[in-house]
Amino acid sequence: MTAAVEPGATAALQVRIRRGEAVAAFTVPRRANQTVLDVVTEIQRDQDPTLAYRFACRVGMCGSCGMTVNGRPRWTCRTRVAAVAPDGDLLLEPLRNLPVVKDLAVDMEPFFEKWRRAHGYFEPGENPPDDFAVVQPDSAERREVDAGIECINCGVCYAACDLVTWNPDYLGPAALNRAWTLVNDVRDRDRDGRLAAVAGDAGCHSCHSHMSCTEHCPKGLSPTFAIAGLKRETGKAALRRLWKRG
Amino acid sequence: MTRASLRRPGFAAALIHRLSGIALALFLPMHFIALGTALQGADRLESFLGLTQNGFVRTAEWGLVCALAVHMALGLRVLAIEWLRYRERTALVVSGCLATAFAIGLLFLLGGA
Repeated sequence: MTAAVEPGATAALQVRIRRGEAVAAFTVPRRANQTVLDVVTEIQRDQDPTLAYRFACRVGMCGSCGMTVNGRPRWTCRTRVAAVAPDGDLLLEPLRNLPVVKDLAVDMEPFFEKWRRAHGYFEPGENPPDDFAVVQPDSAERREVDAGIECINCGVCYAACDLVTWNPDYLGPAALNRAWTLVNDVRDRDRDGRLAAVAGDAGCHSCHSHMSCTEHCPKGLSPTFAIAGLKRETGKAALRRLWKRG
Repeated sequence: MTRASLRRPGFAAALIHRLSGIALALFLPMHFIALGTALQGADRLESFLGLTQNGFVRTAEWGLVCALAVHMALGLRVLAIEWLRYRERTALVVSGCLATAFAIGLLFLLGGA
């Protein structure tokens, strides 16, 4: 059964897409339950096969379809047109803070490079234990990890972050959120190295708590509070170093 | 491109926090100059204070009290987020901070400023 288009909606969508310096205009029929990704796909298949964009899963798992929709970074596969463009006007642009490859496709390399700089990878240590680690689901560390573990690396928080715009070296919300989940991973053996990696000038202490990452995250995560956790732990680590030195 | 974040309460809070901090930093040297006149005698201080009895300075004084209050309220918000693990509802908390600051400013006015 095909659902009806929302009552009162316009019959066609006026879609503008930023393509480098220029903005191209398209008209696309409005359809029931249409997502922004559906609109882009329809344009590429029926009107302009040279339009470049990126997607994979279409169900909010892979994090590859991030775009700026009417001035706000979003995952487009789970963004209904009816929710963001009730008047039928869509302006689609690439994600902010990342180099544009072509049209709506951005280069994610700087984003993932910062994950590496923040030690956003599990470090089992020289002699990992043979047996499974027992992690109680209701332990404080596990709850902190649970709060941030569902990140899909879509880059929406990174595009929303004003600090990344002001300081391109800033590690950004996603990398710092990942670092926080690993700081709380009781199996990980790189806690001190990771805290040192995120404590620098472009690390967690640069966050101004604008909350843009938290407000834009499509998964409902709160990188701001993960970064606050890193500020606490790096602060405590600095005090411990001072205590030992004194 | 993305400009929506500029209209967010978290951004407004950071902006107001910083601007009020700059206002206070600019005021402090003038405050110390005023206090320094006391070293040259009570008459010198009194004559300086006499210069402040005009509408412009009184309004600026009210603004300064508001700036101090809003800087403190928004600073406490940041400390609560960072050190007390406080998970806030941003719009509500920032609105509360601003309301508190203006209430303090109003009390200052009602107190016969």
